[in-house]
Amino acid sequence: MGVKERLEKGLIKVPGGTILIAKMADIMAWARKSSMWSLTFGLSCCAIEMMATAASRYDLDRFGMFFRATPRQADVMIVAGWVSVKMAPFIKRLYEQMPEPKYVIAMGGCASAGGPYRDSITIVKGVDQFVPVDVYVYGCPPRPENLILGILKLQERIRREHLAEKNGLPKPVREPIIIPEAGATG
Amino acid sequence: MIAAVIQFFEQHPLLWTFVKAVVLASFTLMIPLAVIWIERKVAGFIQSRLGPLHVGPHGTLQTVADALKLLLKEDIVPDGADKRFFYIAPYIAFISTVLSFMVLPFAPGWVALEMNVAVLFVIGVSLFNVVSILMAGWSSNNKYSLLGGLRAVAQLLSYEIPMVLSVLAVVFYTGSLSLTEIVEYQVKHGWNIWHPPIMIAALIYFICALAEINRTPFDLPEAESELVSGFNTEYSGMRFAFFFASEFANNFFITAFAAALFFGGWDGPILPPIVWTFLKVFVMIFVFMWVRWTPPRLRIDQILRFAWQLLVPVSLVNLLFAIALGVK
Ligand code: SF4
Repeated sequence: MGVKERLEKGLIKVPGGTILIAKMADIMAWARKSSMWSLTFGLSCCAIEMMATAASRYDLDRFGMFFRATPRQADVMIVAGWVSVKMAPFIKRLYEQMPEPKYVIAMGGCASAGGPYRDSITIVKGVDQFVPVDVYVYGCPPRPENLILGILKLQERIRREHLAEKNGLPKPVREPIIIPEAGATG
Repeated sequence: MIAAVIQFFEQHPLLWTFVKAVVLASFTLMIPLAVIWIERKVAGFIQSRLGPLHVGPHGTLQTVADALKLLLKEDIVPDGADKRFFYIAPYIAFISTVLSFMVLPFAPGWVALEMNVAVLFVIGVSLFNVVSILMAGWSSNNKYSLLGGLRAVAQLLSYEIPMVLSVLAVVFYTGSLSLTEIVEYQVKHGWNIWHPPIMIAALIYFICALAEINRTPFDLPEAESELVSGFNTEYSGMRFAFFFASEFANNFFITAFAAALFFGGWDGPILPPIVWTFLKVFVMIFVFMWVRWTPPRLRIDQILRFAWQLLVPVSLVNLLFAIALGVK
């Protein structure tokens, strides 16, 4: 059941055109989920794969996602790559500079938990130590399909969040979504 | 029924002005929705991608979603910002765009305000845009914004001069400052673009127009690789949306202005005039996007040198030719 069907339910035909009737909450959730601009920054090897996801073959713009250079205009932060101890404060600051509502995707083993550098003293063991992470994407580096799956799951979550708000339920606790290895998802 | 409506508005000119203002402002807000979508599709086409695809049929609702989302975002005003100027800068940019749409003839009689100095008015009003960019850059209290704002002013002012000179060539050639009269002249005597001095003027206008709307070879004010996002770095949510909208509406306007000056405005066979205007505008917008997504960015000194050392002298000489050939 996509946005399309829900919109069709609210479409009323009048002579000479159509009127769209929908609940504000639905439209809000729809707008938020279909226009997630992400912050331009890449930290290491995973960033290359993130760029590949945005470029010709996989094309993130299909989902309305493109990269904005300034945190003030971004909605999603894709942390792609390992975070050194010196880098961490800057990532935190960038996160704080983003306007609400904002989401974080930890891409790859390093951003999720330290990855191959787990034993290094200079690498932070996962960005979730200082910013709340919504989606963890498996891989070293994750395949573009995996990252896209993570983005789609995040879109679903954004929609659900607002539906819960609309029905007067408490906002669901933001439990992280974990995207497993490609192929294992079924 | 229609006659009654017309009579009603004739009796209440103030109401009629209000209606026109509302229509123009909403038109200026709607145009970017279409232009941005086309831009993203064209960009996708040039980079062998697909562009927006999943939001609405073929991504047509993408920009609607973007606009709604920007409306709903948190509105951040930096602590150190000069609040008053920070608040009004986007609206000044937007109002300057709406004002320039005011004198644009879309079809015979389809002009919000018939003005006999329309060309002058447009040039004056479009300079407000520069003011708003400088305001935004200065009041954000951010080094990137400030640099972006200053660069924008340097660039826009130096390109304004050859642009005005090339527009003046048209004015001298057709002997009128009114856009409607310029178009009517072309309906009678053939499009201006086919006359040699105007041809060069059109070329100069095209280059300057690229610079005026910050398109790629000249997109230094928001050079992402060096200035984060230029003058709008600190803007979020709705205020940023106004900057974005006015930029793309300006894109539309500058091509519509060119259509009226060089390509005969609404003139064309078979199809109704309004269709011709939009056809010409969108073909030109496509060319602009084509340029935007192909060449790389220039340096600021190269840009300024190009304007002052080449474009200004050439357009001055060209203006002399236009005066010599155009005087009746
Ligand atoms: S997860 Fe692998 S590919 Fe990604 S940043 Fe770490 S080491 Fe590089």
